[in-house]
Amino acid sequence: MKKAIRIPVFLVLGFLSAHNPLWAQTKAPQENSLLPDFQLPIPSDMTHHRYLGLEGEGSFKIQQIRAKAVIIEIFSMYCPYCQREAPNINKLYQRMENDPGLRGKIKIIGIGAGNSPFEVDIFRKKYNVPFPLFADNNFTVHKCLGETRTPYFFVVAINPQGSQKVIYSKLGGIKDLDSLLQTIRLRAGIK
Amino acid sequence: MTKYIVPAMTCVMLFSLSSALAQTHSIAYKNNTFDPGILKPIDSKLKVKVGEKAPDFTLPSLAGKKVSLHQFLGKKNVVLSFVPAAWTPICSDQWPGYNIVKDLFDQYDAILLGITVDNIPTLFAWTNQMGQLWFPVLSDFWPHGKVAGEYGILRSDGISERALFLIDKKGIIRYIQVNDINKRPSLEVLVHELQQLPK
Repeated sequence: MKKAIRIPVFLVLGFLSAHNPLWAQTKAPQENSLLPDFQLPIPSDMTHHRYLGLEGEGSFKIQQIRAKAVIIEIFSMYCPYCQREAPNINKLYQRMENDPGLRGKIKIIGIGAGNSPFEVDIFRKKYNVPFPLFADNNFTVHKCLGETRTPYFFVVAINPQGSQKVIYSKLGGIKDLDSLLQTIRLRAGIK
Repeated sequence: MTKYIVPAMTCVMLFSLSSALAQTHSIAYKNNTFDPGILKPIDSKLKVKVGEKAPDFTLPSLAGKKVSLHQFLGKKNVVLSFVPAAWTPICSDQWPGYNIVKDLFDQYDAILLGITVDNIPTLFAWTNQMGQLWFPVLSDFWPHGKVAGEYGILRSDGISERALFLIDKKGIIRYIQVNDINKRPSLEVLVHELQQLPK
């Protein structure tokens, strides 16, 4: 009887710790750890489909993206900091696409935490975001990635055997694009 | 068998509940937002109905001028967005979303009025973190929560509900949404209701 009660009690405490403001902590995956597994829908937009190097329809995991490293931005259409940061992140994308040494090797996606497809589309159009953005309406990915504040940036290195590792994990905007790209080159072994 | 089912069911139930209450916090406010935790979803009783004339009001705005509902009669549809309190997580990430969809409001010939029961200095400091807002922000601070009270959305602790009222150019309420205070209302629903307004 006691055992039967003990397990639910721990679960209740776990739930409270995630939602009590005094106890809540960010548990974002840190550098050198594995990115928790989650799936995203393969984009129907052919430009994005080709950019990510995916095949077919359905869903995909980050390590299926054809790249040596993937930058993941956790954003929200409602986040004023993400709005201000949007032109800078577009610049980051353009810099990677215009550099023959990086093009195809580092890719970037955005995940709209708590945003519906409609809301993500508003953000995409408002800031002319050229890279793929995904809706995370029910916070599924957001919870999986430690319920970070926004914007948050992860970079994941992908090896040819299909395994992955977080090589960058940071809250807030990207002040120095060149420095970030240099860090990614080094940590993902991009020559 | 029961001893395995109970914990499993509890886990599923709690995960579902925790998902329903999830939220994001922008770092635009640094560490200056106060998280009140999970509140009673709705704690008031509406005093107005769809189809009725919206109670008129005059409130001071951040811009310094007083703004009255009647000044939009025959000119603009009006969306009233009441949010519970400045410097709290969900409220802080609601109006910035509206701030990038002015074109949607324009498309339906609508003005947005943002209202809280906070005083003007508080609203000034808080909305400064959101960037330049295109819509008027009004203070229902004194007499405290008078307008929220007249609409029936003043909670027992003195803050307002998270509520949207859509009022047409004749001053008639066309849509009311008193949201769970712990969640941000869907923008799609509001846009859908704007689409239903008479042209």
